[in-house]
Amino acid sequence: MSQTASAPTSPPIASGAPPRRFTWELLGVLPFFLFAFFFLILPTTFLIVGGFQDAEGRFTLGNIRDLSHPTILKAYWISIQVSTASAIGGAVIGFFLAYAAISGGLPRWVRPTLMTFSGVASNFAGVPLAFAFLATLGRTGLVTVLLVSLFDFNIYRTGFNLLSFWGLALTYMYFQIPLMVLIMAPAIDGLRREWREAASNLGGSAVDYWRYIALPVLWPTLLGTTLLLFANAFGAIATAYALTGSSLNIITILLYAQIRGDVLHNQNLGYALALGMILITGLSNTAYIVLRSRSERWLK
Amino acid sequence: MTRRTIGSWAVMTLGVLYFFLPLLATFEFSLRYRRGVYSFEAYRIVLGDPRFHETFLYSTLLALATIVVGVLLVVPTAYWIQLRLPRLRPTVEFITLLPLVIPAIVLVFGYLRIYNSSSILPMTANDRTTDLLLMFSYVTLAMPYMYRAVDAGLRAIDVRTLTEAAQSLGASWGTILLRVILPNVQVAVLSGAFLTFAIVIGEFTMASLLDRPAFGPYLQLIGANRAYEPAALAVITFAITWGCMALIQVLGRRAPGKTAGAH
Repeated sequence: MSQTASAPTSPPIASGAPPRRFTWELLGVLPFFLFAFFFLILPTTFLIVGGFQDAEGRFTLGNIRDLSHPTILKAYWISIQVSTASAIGGAVIGFFLAYAAISGGLPRWVRPTLMTFSGVASNFAGVPLAFAFLATLGRTGLVTVLLVSLFDFNIYRTGFNLLSFWGLALTYMYFQIPLMVLIMAPAIDGLRREWREAASNLGGSAVDYWRYIALPVLWPTLLGTTLLLFANAFGAIATAYALTGSSLNIITILLYAQIRGDVLHNQNLGYALALGMILITGLSNTAYIVLRSRSERWLK
Repeated sequence: MTRRTIGSWAVMTLGVLYFFLPLLATFEFSLRYRRGVYSFEAYRIVLGDPRFHETFLYSTLLALATIVVGVLLVVPTAYWIQLRLPRLRPTVEFITLLPLVIPAIVLVFGYLRIYNSSSILPMTANDRTTDLLLMFSYVTLAMPYMYRAVDAGLRAIDVRTLTEAAQSLGASWGTILLRVILPNVQVAVLSGAFLTFAIVIGEFTMASLLDRPAFGPYLQLIGANRAYEPAALAVITFAITWGCMALIQVLGRRAPGKTAGAH
């Protein structure tokens, strides 16, 4: 009914709009583009340009060169390591969890429960997450204390420290694994039952199925999502700051200190620091997008 | 088959342990305030702390403002893209994803340099305008989630027919957006709103660097100085996040795209 009524009486909807209305139509998205300009493009551009300027505003590559200062390089390196460890750990565990819930022969209620929980846990980050892990694996945390009293096993004797590299990576996995589950579940759904049946009809084993069918189809999603998790951890600060204070020198904590008190004694070097971070997260996100479009060939 | 099922149960059990032990441990830790006996003392102290009330209220108000501004910005844009400017869709989608690419700490660094008290637009010159800047920062942070939620909602309804029907009845653009489109994507908007709330309520980096008395910096401060109160605060925060997500799930089941079948 609405269709018959509207078709003849609504000239503004007519397709092939005349060119003079072009500017008027763009006006509808002007607020959005203005917002994006002032709160995304302009601040980012300012930092990128500032990275290539000296204190007087002249062009220089000096800041980029100064990024090779040992303190800065080490901060980048620790950040890259923590992000890689938590991304790979999150990706592997997240994949197995998602696979087990979807095609592992578990009861039907497991999957929706896992997905709902993943939605919550992927957003449980920041300062409270650090508190939770301190209460679990800190020196007086529940698990630490239980292991000592039940098995006389002190994890802190083994060299483990929550306020260090592996502690941080383990904590980050709390939001990395659920994110992996959320992104992988649709991809695993895309693996058709017929493919497995076809493989076994042709005499292929489970290993053959994974090697020649499932992994070739899934790897762009697997690798792409791992890169997404990497970028996700690389830009994080709140959890690390609340967990380790400033004892673990990762890049976001160094940048935080630089913003607060110019610890590098060079504002423009701070901009270059930010530029390096944008470059790293930008590259891994771009790779994610490229790989994602590749994976859409098989998984719809 | 059975071997696979056993393996699945093993993986799932490990997952449950990893995800529930910290929650259990946090709760147990929060009860340890009094030596040798479990009590809710830490909660009593936290909930009685005037700074808890102030910062929580501040962050709640900020979250609500963020949601309102975010909806006002995202709904008309996504609607207009869908209706008139589909060729701009890739550009707009790309921009809405940028806050996930550029770390929050980098964004706020840029804001501090551009909008400082000696710039052309000195937003950090006084507290009220800094609040405004913080709210815009949060709109930026929430944009990827808000846009995706609203866009999915708009795709599930027939925007063109609804608009044409409203226009043929003489509705203005404001009326169409407010009284035709918005009610139809209500569920999507609310999902985006709850997600925004969950993100904003405990956000630390931006609030801390803009030096505003928000809940995130308060959490950090308590964490650095107290023993058992942080665990109580973590339990409270997790309950809030869980509440927001549960509401999204409940809303999701009533989404028009799923039940009414718009197409």
